[in-house]
Amino acid sequence: MTPEQIIFLIVAGATLVSGLMVVSTRNLVHAALWLVATLFGVAAMYAILNAGFIAVVQVVVYVGAIAILFIFAVMLTRRDMRDSGPQHNKNWWAGAFVSVLTFGGLVALFQSWAGFSKTAAVIPSGFDAVGLLGSQLTSPEAYVLPFEVASVLLLAAMVGAVYVAFTRK
Amino acid sequence: MNFWNDPLKVAAEWLEGIFTGWGLDAVFAHVLVVFLGVLLLITVLMVLDIFLVWIERKIVARFQDRIGPNRVGPYGLIQPFADIIKLIIKEDTTPDGADKVVYNLAPILSMMSVLILWAIVPIAPVMLGVDLNVGVLFMIAAGAIGTLSIIMAGWSSNNKFALIGGFRQVAMMVAFEIPMLTMLLIPTIFAGSMNMNAIIQGQGSLWYFVLSPLGALIFLIAIIAELGRAPFDLAEGESELVAGFNTEYSGMKFGMFYAGELLHAMTFGGIWGILFFGGYRFFGLEQVSPFLAIAIFLFKALVGYWVIMWVKYTMMRIRIDQMLTFNWMFLTPLSFVLLMVTAFMNALLAGTPTWVYGIGMFLSNVVVGWIAMELVRSYSRREREKIEGPKKVAEAHH
Amino acid sequence: MIPLSWYLYFSAALFGIGLFGALSRRNAVAILLGIELMLNAVNVNLVAFWRYGDITMMAGQVFAIIVFAVAAAEVSVGLALVISVYRRRNTVIADELDMLKW
Repeated sequence: MTPEQIIFLIVAGATLVSGLMVVSTRNLVHAALWLVATLFGVAAMYAILNAGFIAVVQVVVYVGAIAILFIFAVMLTRRDMRDSGPQHNKNWWAGAFVSVLTFGGLVALFQSWAGFSKTAAVIPSGFDAVGLLGSQLTSPEAYVLPFEVASVLLLAAMVGAVYVAFTRK
Repeated sequence: MNFWNDPLKVAAEWLEGIFTGWGLDAVFAHVLVVFLGVLLLITVLMVLDIFLVWIERKIVARFQDRIGPNRVGPYGLIQPFADIIKLIIKEDTTPDGADKVVYNLAPILSMMSVLILWAIVPIAPVMLGVDLNVGVLFMIAAGAIGTLSIIMAGWSSNNKFALIGGFRQVAMMVAFEIPMLTMLLIPTIFAGSMNMNAIIQGQGSLWYFVLSPLGALIFLIAIIAELGRAPFDLAEGESELVAGFNTEYSGMKFGMFYAGELLHAMTFGGIWGILFFGGYRFFGLEQVSPFLAIAIFLFKALVGYWVIMWVKYTMMRIRIDQMLTFNWMFLTPLSFVLLMVTAFMNALLAGTPTWVYGIGMFLSNVVVGWIAMELVRSYSRREREKIEGPKKVAEAHH
Repeated sequence: MIPLSWYLYFSAALFGIGLFGALSRRNAVAILLGIELMLNAVNVNLVAFWRYGDITMMAGQVFAIIVFAVAAAEVSVGLALVISVYRRRNTVIADELDMLKW
């Protein structure tokens, strides 16, 4: 066990436990806060993968915006502060079965793939991932079109969200 | 490599030598030394924080024509320690129906969101926690934790005033994050890097304040809103909300919110200094000794902190609708326009001598600011005429 | 070194947890929370494949960023719908929103 592997296992364990709490806890505000913990875990995972930019963007976008939005939505859509009634529907066992089946299927699929236990190449010193990412995102030969389409999608979604949630007086 | 040129590295190597001498694994010794370094930084910051209480109280007193704390110790220097003793021995209350874990976690996260900022703050050329190539974005990420702590505090207190205060503060922080992030991109454009150290190194000939005075001003407004200080302290408007999100907190938990706010103000003053006033650079003095560089940085941070206090104790509180209108209708569009103008001018003036570049940038900022002010003035005149009717000529002479 | 398989196991597990949340929760906001977990699991995979493949090919990171944008769009529209439904029907329980079942 190298220190890297120990860090990975701790982060992965904490992330999965908080993920389980997201789907199982009764109190929805707690579920949203557990989601924040999960998102931090995933950000740490990106950091372990040497993707510093993605890790920071994960915290900015998910924790700073999406999680806050969730917490607001949970608070705005309850009649009182208590959670009454069951939080899972009566087919929850089928959902559990399907998700275990998905996990098992994915794992079985991985096993038959040759590149499964590949290890990472060492990053050459002076490799500027952020600069490369920036130039690829804005270069016409690379990904400028998907990037622009994503931003138009985001704009359309924001306009739609404002229209849907707007109250007419 | 001697101690006076690079004290941290020499100390770290010395300590690592001692630890490996005890038979510790080299990797483990390194981790231990890094951990001790973090502990040292946090300790220094917390001690500094204690004196910030004194500085804040003394300066607000001067602004309000008072003397300030002057009973305990010389010039009241021991006063913050008396405050801390009072906070520690106060009853630690938890309201009925509060969400205990979340309630207790919120002040810790609030403090953490400030301390974590110092990981990327270069206090001297050789002294910084992490030389992150996305340092500027890291700042916004740390702010996200602060937002989270406030909504946690507001919700878990089980108090409607706390909840309203938390909602207000979060609405404000999320809104002002946009001009703040946009203004962070302006030093990034100038330096060509998001690395804090590269931004400081890029200010060798000209401070970015000279190149983008409007950007520095918008950034200052955004950080004051992010701090929730006057004129944006409507989240804790005493006359309507008791104390906002920290209404139910007592003793040291309140103390953590308070100390966190003071340290946050000083940290943001320092970051303002780094991004627009050259950080630890001052006419080559930073090359003489790292200790001099630290002194320069601290001086700039305290000046930034003083400016934030100056605004706080001079301005009055604005209403929530005014705050949101100001941000969404004025500050955000202005910052977007400024960013576009800066990027355009940067491309246009690339390769010109420094003085042409500086004058061009400065003038473009002045023009953008002037157009914005004219638009606001004509808008406010129209609004006033709508309410009061057209202004009479006779009245204008008063 | 960490083999690629660990990341794949991790993201498969996270995806399964998210799927369970999306399928079995009654509250519409909680269903969206489950979908977020699934999107994050996909993103971990994308970034892991970037790291373990040719690191000069930035496709993994680029698509991770596009997934961020899509997730933000999905959450904003989804939560706007939930709030709008709550205003009209006074409930966010997915089982009770059954007017189209007739």
